[in-house]
This record gives sequence, C-alpha cells and structure tokens, in this order.
Amino acid sequence: MNIVVFIKQVVATTNVKLDPETGTMIRDGVECILNPFDEYAVEEALRIKEKMGGKVTVVTMGPPQAKEIIRKTIGMGVDEGILISDRALAGSDTWATAYTLSQVLKKIGDYQLVITGKQAVDGDTAQVGPEVAACEGLPMIAWVRKIEEISETSIRAERLMEDGYDVLESPLPALISVVKEINEPRLESLRGKMKAKKYEPKVWGVADMPGFDVAQVGLKGSPTKVFKTFTPKRQYKGEMIAGDAAQAAATLVGKIKEMNIV
Amino acid sequence: MNTDDYKNVWIYAEQRAGKLSTVSYELLGAGRKLADDLGQQLVAILLGSNMRAAADELIAYGADKVYYMDSPALEKFADEPYARVLTDLVKEHKPAIVLAGATAIGRSFIPRVAAELRTGMTADCTGLDIDPEKKILLGTRPAYGGNIMATIICEEKRPQMATVRHKVMKPLEKDDSRKGEVMEKSIVESELTIRAKVVDIIKEMEDTCNIAEADIIVTGGRGVGCKENFALVHDLAAAIGGAVGASRAVVDAGWVPYSHQVGQTGKTVCPKIYFALGVSGAIQHLAGMQSSDVIIAVNNNPDAEIFKVATYGIVGNLNEVVPEMIKQLKNGA
Repeated sequence: MNIVVFIKQVVATTNVKLDPETGTMIRDGVECILNPFDEYAVEEALRIKEKMGGKVTVVTMGPPQAKEIIRKTIGMGVDEGILISDRALAGSDTWATAYTLSQVLKKIGDYQLVITGKQAVDGDTAQVGPEVAACEGLPMIAWVRKIEEISETSIRAERLMEDGYDVLESPLPALISVVKEINEPRLESLRGKMKAKKYEPKVWGVADMPGFDVAQVGLKGSPTKVFKTFTPKRQYKGEMIAGDAAQAAATLVGKIKEMNIV
Repeated sequence: MNTDDYKNVWIYAEQRAGKLSTVSYELLGAGRKLADDLGQQLVAILLGSNMRAAADELIAYGADKVYYMDSPALEKFADEPYARVLTDLVKEHKPAIVLAGATAIGRSFIPRVAAELRTGMTADCTGLDIDPEKKILLGTRPAYGGNIMATIICEEKRPQMATVRHKVMKPLEKDDSRKGEVMEKSIVESELTIRAKVVDIIKEMEDTCNIAEADIIVTGGRGVGCKENFALVHDLAAAIGGAVGASRAVVDAGWVPYSHQVGQTGKTVCPKIYFALGVSGAIQHLAGMQSSDVIIAVNNNPDAEIFKVATYGIVGNLNEVVPEMIKQLKNGA
C-alpha cells in the first residue's frame, strides 16, 4: 500500500497579526508549525503502513523552509518527502494548489491512498482535498474519524457528520480527509530525529512535472483573489455580575429570561 | 468566459434523512437579498428522494424556482453523484452565484463541483454582499482562527461559489402565499457513478443535542475539574434545553466525546446563548464560538480570556454558581 499524505506548514494561529498600515500579515519572527490536522493524516498513514507494508510519501507545497515540516514527518517514520517549490506557484488559491497537487499525484503514479488533514488551520478552507479528488477523478471520503477496514483495493471508513457518522465503502485509489478523533499522533523517535536531521527532501518545480500547465497556477491562474483583509472589530460590551453565588445566579437567570429564548 | 451569460442566485438546499437542514432556510434568506440586489431570481437546488413537499417549502421561504432532482441514488449524501448532478445543472442553466451551507455535506462536495467547473470558491463565509459597481459577490470569511477577516472575490470565472457558515444568516418568515415554480426531474441511478458509497448512517445525537444546530450550548472546560463533575454541565444543559459542548482540554482528557468539541479543531458554533463554564478562553476556542449572540462565562479566574468576549460574566466557583442557576431556572418554569 503506497500512501501519499499532503501536509502544510502554517503559522501558529496565536501569533497572527496584521500590519495596521498595509493590512498584510506580519510574518517576521512568527513561529511556523506542521498543520495540526496533518499530524493525524501522517499518523494514520504510518499505522496503515505498519499493518500492510508499503511506503508513505509526504508532499508539501511552499517555500524552501517548508522542508522543516517534511523532516518532522521523517522523524515520525515517513519514508520520503517531496517539496513542491517554484516561483510560478506564488499566490495560488485553493484551485491552483489542487491542480498542482493533482499533477504531483500523476507524477508519483503508483499510490492507492491519499490522506489529507481536514483543513489547514491558516486558511481554514478545507477545499484543497476535495478539489484534488475532483482533478484526479478520485472517490473521496471526507472527515474520516475511523478506518474500519482497509485492503489493497478497498476502504471502509466512518465519516463524521454533525449528528453522528456515516459509514462509507470505496474502492481504492481514493482520497480521504481525517479529523482529530481518528488517532493520537506519535512523537518523533530519537532514531527518527537523527535520520531527519540529515534528510534532504526531493524538490520539484513545475518543470519537473510533465504536462504541467503554468497558466493554471499562481496569482494569474487562481480564480479567487483576496479583495481585502482586516482585523475583526470586536465590540463586546461585557458586564460582570457581582454578588455571591445565589445572587449572581439570580441576576443572570433574570437576564436570560428577558431574552425570551429559553 | 462571458460572465454576463451567467444569471441568478442559486442555493443548494441541504437535506439529511429527507429533512431540510436549517442552513437551507438561512441560505434562502441570504440568497434572497443577493438576488434582489442583482435584480435576479433566487433558485433552490434540491437533491433527494421523495421530497416533493420540501420543494414547496423552499418557495414559501423565499425561492422563485426550485430544481428538484429526484432519485433513490440521491437520498443519502455521497460526493460523486451530488457533484455530478449539481455540476450538470450549473452547466445547463449558468447561475451567477451558487451558495451552500458550510456543513459536513457542503464543505465536502461543493469544492468538488467548483473544481469540476474550474471556478473559484470561498469557504465558510460569515458575510455576503454584492459589490454595487461590479455586481460581483463579496464573500467575507474568517481565517487564521478568526484573527483575520478576508473578503474574497472571483471576478473572471462563473459561477461564483461559496459555502456559508450556518446560524449566521437569518431565514425569512414563511409565506405560504408565495408563488414559485418547481421543476422536477427524475434521475436514473445507472447514469450516476458512485464509488464511495454510504452503507450505514449512525445518528448519535438528536437535533437538540447537536451543537451545530442548537440554539443554546452549555460548554464545560478544564475548570470543571474532573470527569464526574462534568455532570454539572449536563444538568445545566438539561435545565435550559441546551446541547453540551466541550473545550479541547476536556475532550483530550476523555471526559466527553470529540463530537462535542467547540473550537478550531472541533466545531464552529453560533448559538443564541453560549455558556462557557470553566473555559479559559484560548484563542482556538474563541475561534469556534465568538460569533454566538450572547456569551455567558463563569470562571473562578477573573483574568480568564473568556471574560473579554463574554456578554455576561460571573467570577466564582462553578460548583456553587451552576447549581444555583439550575435551581433558579427550575423555579421560574
């Protein structure tokens, strides 16, 4: 079973600030991490590999410093990492990213399963996975909270819904996106860390992918554009309720009843 | 692409188990305004089986027209047939805008439709407007866990697609006298490719307990203390008719299942009243609940971040305040 996992380097969300003058994000000195949902994706891939054999490949698209998150996954036990990095890709939206990743899958060729995290915590769109599935014509199971069964040719998995879960069966190859509930990601092993330190990921540019259409990517190829960004204005007129427990509770319940919701 | 060829505002009317989801009504409310701003029609797309009556309901809530695609293959949500049918409808009728709920269903298959149409899509919008000059959709959405708001446009491709956060848009009043047209079409199952098939549906929560749908949510955080003490959270939820939510810490500790988790790595909720009991208010938690109408925080730490977003705050011991609240609520009933 050969598994491809798409991962992304994101800024730790607690550190995000906009430059009040320019409205762009301040990136200097901001801590970058492996997207938390992608850790579950990598973990699940490693568990399948441990059971069935094969190879786990991680792919990320980003600047050269994104090699760091590839190394982290190598430390966890991933076999190979590929960094997709090219100036032509700068400014790509979800469609352009999905197109690029679908070309990566074409070049890799021999895979049975693609795993992504539910979403990246920077853009929070959750769109790239389904869009890659569309570009590659793959069946997809989103929001997977458990893989019940997997073989070389099929998968049976639970899809988390708002009111419970659906069980789906699909032939492979397929793409799945995973939620946090699916597993508890392992830490990098000491041996893994040693290996990761020396590990040099493959780097592919658009020219390395045969038939890649540069018109589909970058700012120009992206159908969506950011029109403006701003820091949300929060106008909370908070009121602290004083008194002992009984008094405070009485005041609060009075206010709740005035809302006519309960 | 001549964008002028694309007209009307479409909403995908989501259904689960043959019942329209609440977000469908909210989309009609939001879509009605956009359609009126453009001077165009509001069209609802309904995919399902034996749901003709729901089509009339969509008219009563604001649609001018409904395309109802009926097939046993569309009864349960699967990405491939849903995407195929919606994509084909878009190609045939050329809408300017397609909206869907930012739900488990909408966020799964709507991007697939966008990619097949090779058009742009904006996820999880909390604001929708029409640019008065260019007549394009301005989709505003939170990113980076709600730290940044971004307005996204899709100028050159059509349709302009977006998913919309549930509970943010307001539905219209039902009006049974509204007139509209229902176009019904049967779809032959054998014409649809369905590889990832639904073989079972497990409903774990009633709608009232489902935090995505609930009007009132009572969430417990680490400050609740221990698993046994979490009964307090359940008791208040029961007394007030709310659903139970949980912070990440509480889910990670195994006190409550993940399906109850509110926040960036859990669910985004927008109830009328949100109780945060012993929740410190980490930014990842705030990202999932700060658009709630009323936020009530109880915490023994007066400096807890949660008080910065709270409408009402009580500094005190949960074990004393919450039982009093339950008592007061029951007294008044």
